[in-house]
Amino acid sequence: MLHFFANPTRFQRLSRRVEPWLLAGMIVCFAAGLYLSLFSSPVDYQQGHTVRIMYIHVPAAWMALFCYTAMAVSAAVALIWKHALADVAAKATAPIGAAFTFLALLTGSLWGKPMWGTWWVWDARLTSVLVLFFLYLGYMALRDAFDEPGRGARASAILVLVGFVNVPIIKFSVDWWNTLHQPSSVLRMQGPTIHPDMLTPLFLMAAAFQLYYFWLLLVRIRRELMANRVRALRHRQAAAE
Amino acid sequence: MSAVSILFRRELRLALRQSADSVMVIAFFVIAVVLFPFGVGPEPNMLARIGPGVIWVCALLAAMLSMERMFLGDYEDGSLELLVLSPVALELVVCIKVAVHWLTTGVPLICAAPLLFVMMNVPEEVWPVLLWTLLLGTPALSLIGSVGAALILGARRGGVLLSLLVLPLVIPVLIFAAGAGDAVLFGDGAKANLMLLGGILLGSLALTPWATAQAIREAVA
Repeated sequence: MLHFFANPTRFQRLSRRVEPWLLAGMIVCFAAGLYLSLFSSPVDYQQGHTVRIMYIHVPAAWMALFCYTAMAVSAAVALIWKHALADVAAKATAPIGAAFTFLALLTGSLWGKPMWGTWWVWDARLTSVLVLFFLYLGYMALRDAFDEPGRGARASAILVLVGFVNVPIIKFSVDWWNTLHQPSSVLRMQGPTIHPDMLTPLFLMAAAFQLYYFWLLLVRIRRELMANRVRALRHRQAAAE
Repeated sequence: MSAVSILFRRELRLALRQSADSVMVIAFFVIAVVLFPFGVGPEPNMLARIGPGVIWVCALLAAMLSMERMFLGDYEDGSLELLVLSPVALELVVCIKVAVHWLTTGVPLICAAPLLFVMMNVPEEVWPVLLWTLLLGTPALSLIGSVGAALILGARRGGVLLSLLVLPLVIPVLIFAAGAGDAVLFGDGAKANLMLLGGILLGSLALTPWATAQAIREAVA
């Protein structure tokens, strides 16, 4: 079934049908999520309105980890089954994941200044997310460092899998170390500790970010496939001359 | 004579023939550490406080300098393809190359370290712990660096790219090694940090030869 979608033409047809729905869903979720987070949700008893940064910061951080995991899965599928689209999906995801990581670091820093009194602290969670950002940059740099694109794809696939060890470290860093960053409040064994009034906008924003990611991923994969075709046509033209 | 010992002696002979590489690594290590008193001022207590961390960062950077050459020479003249095709397991070949790299880079770094302890005014009670961290950490650096060295074969600007790829992966080694030095300075035991360093070494010994061998196979395919 995996190889069903490896046919680029079939994939392009499917993605063109799915994309408008993703876009519509994303707009709805953003509208509802932003309204609830910025206007209708309660203020925090300690932080006041500053808590509203959470509705951007936490989904961005979740997406940063999700994108790296998606890249790792795509890289594994590409290396093991040589799936044509898995490589392209990993390449398309990398800049999106890097942007989400940067957004998480930036909004976290903006949140930390009023809350903790500092723009940055070298605790386990922040350090490991910064390492994740460097891993994204390293992936993109390695991918573009080769003249032959296939070699770049395979080398960077191995790099993603080697770096995947960082993802569980990020998730559990707040539990394993004494950190300034808040411990796990949502994905815990005992269930979330956040009130539903705040949990609903959080999940809506997370859904909006997810739909945005999938929509942008499909757009970027189509772009990559077209770029590959242009490259092949150019080669054929140069060989014919 | 077994294939392993033949390979080992070949690698060792090649590395020692280009002994300038090892000397350059040591020279960079010493010069980089020596720059810090010039930069932050020679006040002895402050140098002692930052000494373990500074020495470890410079050891890390010095190790990065020599990492690129692990497979590049053989890749460029075609012997890497022969090694891939040889009956010896590629993972074992990688282990031999990493061992020789450590012997010609890591061990000289450990030997040069006491001189730098003196220069950075590191207290005597911290010396054994720091030497232990170097003993446990430099092989881990060579192992994790070997993955990067194999990934950049054939890449443009491989040397700089190698540092960008490998340094995020070896940050845990740096954290625990410098943490061990700080732990002794502050009176706690360094045992936890040393155990974690040993764990990282054993883990990378188990996993990185396989990853490096895969990367080499992709490079010569």
